[in-house]
Amino acid sequence: MTGAHVLTTNPAGPASATDGVADPRLDTTHGPILYLEDITVSFDGFRALNQLTLYINDGELRCIIGPNGAGKTTMMDVITGKTRPDRGTAFFGQIIDLLELDEPAIAQAGIGRKFQKPSVFEELSVFENLELAMRTDKRTWPTLFAKLNGQQRDDIEDVLHTIGLPEQRRQRAGSLSHGQKQWLEIGMLLMQRPKLLLVDEPVAGMTHQETERTAELLLSLAGKHSVVVVEHDMEFVRSIARKVTVLHEGSVLTEGSMDEVQQDQRVIEVYLGA
Amino acid sequence: MGISVLLARDAGGRVFLALLVLVGVFLPALHLLLPETSPLHISAYTLTLIGKYLCYGLLALAVDLVWGFGGILSLGHGAFFALGGYAMGMHMMRQIGDRGVYGNPLLPDFMVFLNWTELPWYWLGFDRFWFAALMVLLVPGSLAFVFGWLAFRSRVTGVYLSIITQALTYALMLAFFRNEMGFGGNNGLTDFKDLLGFSLQADGTRVFLFVTTALCLALAYVACRFVVSSKLGRVVVAVRDAESRTRFIGYRVEWFKLWIFVFSAVLSGIAGALYVPQVGIINPGEFSPLNSLELVIWVAVGGRATLYGAVLGAILVNYSKTVFTAILPEVWLFALGALFVLVTLFLPHGLIGLMSQRRGERA
Repeated sequence: MTGAHVLTTNPAGPASATDGVADPRLDTTHGPILYLEDITVSFDGFRALNQLTLYINDGELRCIIGPNGAGKTTMMDVITGKTRPDRGTAFFGQIIDLLELDEPAIAQAGIGRKFQKPSVFEELSVFENLELAMRTDKRTWPTLFAKLNGQQRDDIEDVLHTIGLPEQRRQRAGSLSHGQKQWLEIGMLLMQRPKLLLVDEPVAGMTHQETERTAELLLSLAGKHSVVVVEHDMEFVRSIARKVTVLHEGSVLTEGSMDEVQQDQRVIEVYLGA
Repeated sequence: MGISVLLARDAGGRVFLALLVLVGVFLPALHLLLPETSPLHISAYTLTLIGKYLCYGLLALAVDLVWGFGGILSLGHGAFFALGGYAMGMHMMRQIGDRGVYGNPLLPDFMVFLNWTELPWYWLGFDRFWFAALMVLLVPGSLAFVFGWLAFRSRVTGVYLSIITQALTYALMLAFFRNEMGFGGNNGLTDFKDLLGFSLQADGTRVFLFVTTALCLALAYVACRFVVSSKLGRVVVAVRDAESRTRFIGYRVEWFKLWIFVFSAVLSGIAGALYVPQVGIINPGEFSPLNSLELVIWVAVGGRATLYGAVLGAILVNYSKTVFTAILPEVWLFALGALFVLVTLFLPHGLIGLMSQRRGERA
């Protein structure tokens, strides 16, 4: 199935295809690329996020863990414009106020999101999925007359190799295996050339082998991009994380390396239900 | 993308266009060249009837574009068809001039009958063909734009959208039934004499209208094929299958829906404008919600998201309607309902899906 293809994680890599292209207003000179401050979201009285404050540094790979209902997905929804917080501020770099933008505008500013459930366009081919995600003019008339130029074709080819699906380019995305769909979705993220990638449970339902490759892929992306990974699989988190943030009941419980976090008494209580 | 490149990947479309050229050339030839006694002669009645089917085919093409590809189940597309028809009807009304029953050079008969003394402002300009032709495109297009902008921006989708499109066409029907609206009320617009100076009863005019309809259908097919083969077409399919995902990769979904909806409404308007001179009447019945439901059935019968399937469905269902309503008029609606149920249950990809299944390939 997927065994024949090796995910290329060449660090020198196809730079042109996957480098983030920032919105010119994106200012990260102070370090962080994402500032979430005092974010509160309530649904019918239930506080999904409770004065959440979190900073992500430029080029960082951050893992976010936490029990079910800790607010991980809601946090992603706030960052990508799907949910408006009741209170708080969210800035992308120093200048771009995320709370003023809608989903497409946030995507175009340079934040890409991979969903928990693999969501690719099933009726379209693998190649077409990447083509649609590609960073380019996304207004209606330019899209009607859009033609791929050589550079863009090369970019798509590069990403096809990065995600290990060059043989499947003409295949309908709906016919891919679960793991391949997850990779295709990561590939679609890369085509957007975001500065910040939000990745929700990338290895859910993957085999051990697939999980390892995904870890390699994500590690290779950090540095050029900032990557935020939400994951339940502790072994996977351990294999990629440099810094881990634990969410609990809508706010940050603790932050630190995986070892520090795992020895934290409060984290043990939250996870083991003391 | 040149037409040849476009059609190289569209085997069904090549067959469809070839058939359309045959119909567009041979039927008029059989009508004009053969004597009436010949068994192969095609009467003016039959020619006009088939012309009417082709108009329906164009309308079905428009519906397939929004429903089959865009996933927008519009149950009000009959409204755009009727508006295009009314715009053409208004032009032909004004062309009657003083040849009406009351002989008023400016006012159509029904206005004289209502004791109106002035032409309403919205009838001005319709004496010119170019103005009427522009309105055929602009009126359905603008209505679709305003309606779609409000609906898509508020993210109204699925069954809610379908219901408000039904309400739209129903509201227009009620409005056009009123005499005070100035569109002939109940009776609509009829008694047309000529178009661009040619008598509508003349053989040559009928043939010309028929050929024009076939040509418009062919051009519309190529335009629709271009749209669905473009990147915009793929975005529209992406919106149909995963709307919020499309938003998260940076497309303003509502503008793409609006684009395809307006384009489709304009095509429907053209279909209506070609329909009215051939059938000789347009009345508020064309706005009936039932009409809009019927044309969704045409598309379902032919096969969604195939374009030519929609045209095939429109022609077949309407041919059956002609036959049925002549033999067993009271059974027709039951037959239509049964047809829809059967197609939904057993032929999810319509007749075209059945054919390609036979050939062992995916639709």
